[in-house]
Amino acid sequence: MATSTGVVDGALIYILAMSVLLLFLIVFFMIYFAVRYRASRNPVPSELPESPLIEAIWVIVPTLLVTTMFIYGLTGFRFLRSAPANSLVVKVYARQWSWLFEYDNGKKSADLIVPLGKNVRCELISADVIHGFYVPAFRIQQDAVPGLATYAWFNATTMGSYYILCSQYCGRRHSAMIAKLIVVPPDQFEAWRQGKKIEFTGASYANMPAGERLLYERGCVSCHSLEDNKMMGPPFKGLFGSQVVVTTAGVQRTVVADSAYIHKSIVDPGADIVSGFPNTMPPSKDVVSEDEIGRIISYLKGLK
Amino acid sequence: MAERETHESDYVPYFLHKGKYPGALGWLLATDHKRIGLLYLACIATFFSVAVIIGVIMRINMLPGHVILTAQQYNAAFTLHGIIMVFLVVIPAVPTIFGNFFLPILIGGRDMIFPRLNLFTWYLFVLGAVLALVSVFFGGGAVDTGWTFYVPFSLKTTVNVPLAVFAVFILGMSSILTGINIVTTVHQLRAPGMGFFRMPLSVWGFYATAWVQILATPIIGITMLLVVMERLFGIGVFDPAKGGDPLLYQHLFWIYSHPAVYIMILPAMGVISDIFPVFSRKNIYGYKMIAFSSLAIASVGSLVWGHHMYVSGQSDTAGIIFSLLTFLVAVPSAIKVFNWLATMYKGSIQVEPPFLYALSFIFLFSIGGLTGLFLGALSPNVQLHNTYFVVAHFHYVIFGGMGFGLAAAVHYWFPKMTGKMYNKPLSVVAWLVVFVGFNIFYFPMFILGWEGMPRRYYDYLPQFATLHQVASIGSFIMVAGLVLVAGNLLRGLVAGARAPANPWGGATLEWTLPSPPGQEDFEEIPVITHGPYEFDKKESGA
Ligand code: HEC
Ligand SMILES: [Cu+2]
Ligand SMILES: [Cu+2]
Repeated sequence: MATSTGVVDGALIYILAMSVLLLFLIVFFMIYFAVRYRASRNPVPSELPESPLIEAIWVIVPTLLVTTMFIYGLTGFRFLRSAPANSLVVKVYARQWSWLFEYDNGKKSADLIVPLGKNVRCELISADVIHGFYVPAFRIQQDAVPGLATYAWFNATTMGSYYILCSQYCGRRHSAMIAKLIVVPPDQFEAWRQGKKIEFTGASYANMPAGERLLYERGCVSCHSLEDNKMMGPPFKGLFGSQVVVTTAGVQRTVVADSAYIHKSIVDPGADIVSGFPNTMPPSKDVVSEDEIGRIISYLKGLK
Repeated sequence: MAERETHESDYVPYFLHKGKYPGALGWLLATDHKRIGLLYLACIATFFSVAVIIGVIMRINMLPGHVILTAQQYNAAFTLHGIIMVFLVVIPAVPTIFGNFFLPILIGGRDMIFPRLNLFTWYLFVLGAVLALVSVFFGGGAVDTGWTFYVPFSLKTTVNVPLAVFAVFILGMSSILTGINIVTTVHQLRAPGMGFFRMPLSVWGFYATAWVQILATPIIGITMLLVVMERLFGIGVFDPAKGGDPLLYQHLFWIYSHPAVYIMILPAMGVISDIFPVFSRKNIYGYKMIAFSSLAIASVGSLVWGHHMYVSGQSDTAGIIFSLLTFLVAVPSAIKVFNWLATMYKGSIQVEPPFLYALSFIFLFSIGGLTGLFLGALSPNVQLHNTYFVVAHFHYVIFGGMGFGLAAAVHYWFPKMTGKMYNKPLSVVAWLVVFVGFNIFYFPMFILGWEGMPRRYYDYLPQFATLHQVASIGSFIMVAGLVLVAGNLLRGLVAGARAPANPWGGATLEWTLPSPPGQEDFEEIPVITHGPYEFDKKESGA
């Protein structure tokens, strides 16, 4: 849970209580009138003269009621929309169909690891389509829009692991675009951020060989199979060293998938488009470093 | 007013009337408002069935362990379900079926003012539907964008978006022309003595809606054309890679699509306002309040679209203003509910099938409206946006509200349209099954959304399995109920008892005509001397 959880719940429960009361009154009178004034019991209806007083009450009471709801919602919103200045800043890269979190020292992670009790400001960045950064347990949600800087913030108050879901429909694997938010003690967080190897409980890709893990963490496997089945993109098994038919600037040609080719496919996927596939691979220079590309290539070399 | 009896010499029911063209041509080239209403009915009923079947397939897919679709098929399924339901069923249904059939009669005219234009709107409607259908099978496959076509996804996806959005454009044209026809008819063709405040409230509903259709629909039309141009020529209005603005698209989309909710619900509210007095045998309470609240909803309702965008990245100030306006527009809806209830007070109430639907309309619409307050409020919206809570909310408003209103209208006017009566006890049973199924189906979705289940998810986290299962079971019950409703009506059409001219003892003009009406509706245009809900008190219990 986070400080935002209670803030949002307060307004929500207030509206819920008022709604239940109103619904109860409506249903009560509806059934009561239908029974009390049924034709067999009340054969002759009596007209009700219109009363300006009653009508004024009908207008004023609901107006006041909804105004209180508006104000309650507004105070919570103000809270959610003003990240304290001393927040820890995390860049959140949302892409089809994975999340990547980058800390101020360049440390990257597939799960959002945060210190307990610290303000965290998530700056949302999308490279392709709109995604929704949504942490149900913290009651926060904000779209990541390409070309627009947006953010959400929170202050976690209990340790544990929570889901980060994508709430804005973004295509085929929208429902699989899930990461973990793991709240850890501040000293552990700091050690981890400085590069110490710690596996936190609940982490998404624990205990996986390093090269493979990288493909998972950077979301490559949501489009590329490590077996030989076709997904959104071509399968990786047997790719290295094979002959690939590609379209380069509108011209079709055959190339050998060597290190240079794979490197280019990752940093500039629109340059050589594999035939039979759409040009939908997001450019990955923000999410994989040169060093990591090297590790991916050597992993692919071994994937026969 | 004297009731005309069916044995009058020159009376022929409108559907047996021999016009210029024989047989099927007599329907396909019909300019009579009643026949056009039925043409729309036939199409809309078909589209509704298709969309319901797609819905059931999705619900089977959401049963734990019953995956029958691929992710791509599921995405196409909810997109098609949405497009068909919104653009081919919910938006057009009440104005085109009942507006066409009854609006001229209710104001004492003989037809819509532009009968050929009226037929043309039907052809545009069919053309739009055909294009939408073609887009499913040709040119890259069924659209997978959701009915909202958000950019940049709709610019990037490889399926046939241009044709599908062009279909929406054509359907919009149809809707605009229908709106123009309705507004002009109401202004020009009212019978002598039928002042604006003697019009039945259903006419007010159609009238207010028609203005929204005329004013708001061009915006979606142009937006859809921009998407086509963006896809085909890369003009860069919406595509951020070319300097365009994805939020601009969302604004344009919702400037239409929020008012579209009122296009959906206002005519149904109008019909409900006609039904309450009839079955309470009492004048509607607060006629002018209801009429003006329709106009208030139609006008203020066009200023609240940004409540779909609190977390989209629009400015926080904009969100605050939109929230305030959203709450204000809730008030006229509440007023209507109070007026309907007050109409029952000290009435002489008969709970006939149409009234049963009207009462359940109030219950379901109230839940839909009250949960709208959660979504209109800023901080709760941040939690609930784009979750199943929203799915539940709009199904309560649209299906529970507009859908049950439509069902009330069908059961109310069926004897007038067909000259036959359906089996009443069976219709009560069918209603019960639909009503119970509906609530088992959609209510759990509020909880799912509250617990954090996002919408448009092909798959879900294990903790959501039970509620999804309950919802799916509810959907099967509801659909069984819908089949019962349809079966009962069809049986009534074929083998029902003859319906009298005025089975419910209504005081509006359609009940002065024989059931079914003749070709010309009125032999002589009536002169109106009293309001629409002044019943003969002694006649109570007709
Ligand atoms: C949204 C889906 C998607 C994601 C995510 C994605 N790719 Fe791709 N990738 C594609 C598609 C589609 C192609 C083929 C079209 C093209 O060449 O651009 C492709 C092509 C490739 C190729 C060339 C393959 C061949 O057969 O020649 C390589 C290498 C590659 N991607 C690596 C990666 C890596 C590494 C990642 C993770 C950082 C990744 N991709 C993430 C969709 C994706
Ligand atoms: Cu998504
Ligand atoms: Cu809206």
